[in-house]
Amino acid sequence: MRTDASPDLRLFAEIEGAGRRAGSLVLPLIGLTVALALSVAAGIALGPTVVPLGEVLRFLGKALTGGEIRADEVTGYSIVWQVRTPRVLLAAVVGAGLAVIGVAVQALVRNALADPFVLGISSGASVGAAAVVVFGLFAGLGVLALSVAAFLGALVATVLVYFAARSAMGLTPLRLVLTGVALAYAFQALMSVLVFLSPNGQAAQTVLFWLLGSLGAATWASLPMALVGVIVAVIVLMYLGTAMDVLSMGDETAASLGIDAAGLRRWLFALTAVVTGLLVAVSGSIGFVGLVLPHVVRMMVGSGHRRVLAVAPLAGAVFLVWVDVLARTLVPPEELPLGVITALIGVPVFLVVMRRRGYAFGGR
Amino acid sequence: MPAHPPSALPISLRGISVEVAGTTLIRELSLDVGGGEVLGLLGPNGSGKSTALRCVYRAMRPTAGAVLLDGESLSEQSIRDTARRIAALTQDSRAELDFTVEEVVALGRYPHQNGSARLTGRERELCREALRRMDITHLATRSVLTLSGGERQRVLMARALVQEPAVLVLDEPTNHLDVRHQIELLGFLRRCGLTVLVALHDLNLAAATCDRIAVLRSGALVACGTPAEVLTTGLVRSVFGVDATVVTHPRTGVLQLLYDMPTADRPIETDSPTTPEGIAP
Repeated sequence: MRTDASPDLRLFAEIEGAGRRAGSLVLPLIGLTVALALSVAAGIALGPTVVPLGEVLRFLGKALTGGEIRADEVTGYSIVWQVRTPRVLLAAVVGAGLAVIGVAVQALVRNALADPFVLGISSGASVGAAAVVVFGLFAGLGVLALSVAAFLGALVATVLVYFAARSAMGLTPLRLVLTGVALAYAFQALMSVLVFLSPNGQAAQTVLFWLLGSLGAATWASLPMALVGVIVAVIVLMYLGTAMDVLSMGDETAASLGIDAAGLRRWLFALTAVVTGLLVAVSGSIGFVGLVLPHVVRMMVGSGHRRVLAVAPLAGAVFLVWVDVLARTLVPPEELPLGVITALIGVPVFLVVMRRRGYAFGGR
Repeated sequence: MPAHPPSALPISLRGISVEVAGTTLIRELSLDVGGGEVLGLLGPNGSGKSTALRCVYRAMRPTAGAVLLDGESLSEQSIRDTARRIAALTQDSRAELDFTVEEVVALGRYPHQNGSARLTGRERELCREALRRMDITHLATRSVLTLSGGERQRVLMARALVQEPAVLVLDEPTNHLDVRHQIELLGFLRRCGLTVLVALHDLNLAAATCDRIAVLRSGALVACGTPAEVLTTGLVRSVFGVDATVVTHPRTGVLQLLYDMPTADRPIETDSPTTPEGIAP
């Protein structure tokens, strides 16, 4: 570890007024970490039944240290430890992952309007999920069937997009986006047909709910894979941070600075595809986080990818924990799909922040 | 990392051809640029100047032939090794993200760094020096998206200098620059002591700047020599389709071309030589 805190505070300029982009990241990172801890605790406490924060901490302590609980506490304990804790942690992991993958995809296709779903991966996952709901595919896998099918769907979509987008010039950003968008439409059509022809009346609702994103099925079992995927993504992308800065300058510039843009793009594509697949498999397609969070973070810390990638996971995690809290508490006992809330919050916030002076993206 | 920038190295294009999707962009192009020499690449639009330069800064791989840096073939070294010795000012440098000027300039150190993005003291000094040389110190913390075209061009030039290259490759570097900055940039190319390979559109600026000039047409070399040898009325007529009178600058003695403007009774002829005739599909 470096002892001198942030990736690059002030670079080399002698003049003052570097402002938001050059400041130290220490305070924002500490602040966000504290905010995340508080958000997770609050997320566990809040819900249709509010568990007092003291109880939450006591149950968590017992669960982690293996302490005994009294018989009359079993209900509260199981709500905290079996239902809410995995769900809130999964919200944090998925939020972090979507934010980070959003940064990667925007660098990959060199388009500030891209999000993790622009490559058609989530639509492929949806087809897999719909197949499970409609046909009862992978029934032997029990509750994991949906996740496994969604992940396989995502991988199939990835391979299709990759080979359809590949050309003599390599994987160019525009071809990737066009192919991804086109195939996304095809997958959506396929999924609609599945649902439409389904003899099972519940299918449409299940699929729709899944499409808009939900953490309702979160269990401890759904955490590890997503967590590992997100951690690997953060580490790899941090390592590639400066290379991604160079890549965003254009392929020719990248070549002149010693980077094989096509090769780097292949790696980024593979990484984002797998991690998106893992995330979509456990949470459905939660929109807007991957699009909006990278921009919000850039507005806070500037565009350098290392700085953005240091902050984005924490910001994404805090954001999605609160989105999930709202999803559970706004209209109890019903749950709202997460995608609805991310859109309702995300879009206005994004428009307001974007219109603020001093932030330009995608040219002026 | 060497403590001092490598001195100017010679670069040679040895019979390079570039074919993309069945179209020949360059055919058997050979050029030798001596260490510290400024070689100008001229030619109409689509004549293959940019393609030739791309082969030098590794954005393209020639289909045949080789580019030799100090006698060593580029295809036998990593793209990163090349970037430590050849810097380029390309045409595609349109940033999407709002990096600051200092962030963009610091990226010039990328080929020299191993993992860590942190600049050493010497590298910081190098960056500051590049900003001073390009007269953009006052812009250091500005977003590159807020700069004018000319300011941005100077930022990219500063980034190329920070690379501490032995060879500078520039694709129409005077684009977007006002007259003063055009002249300053080209004057800088003359003084910098590096080997320079530069594509230019302005024949007069090329004549004033370059030690030698190579003229491309339809992907093939049609002339190479000193400005006085190459920029003749006949060549300008046949390659660019423009009638020009060659005079010498009354004070500096540099060759100047005065163009005849087309008029109603003397239009530019239609058999424009810029069409890529003679290129096998």
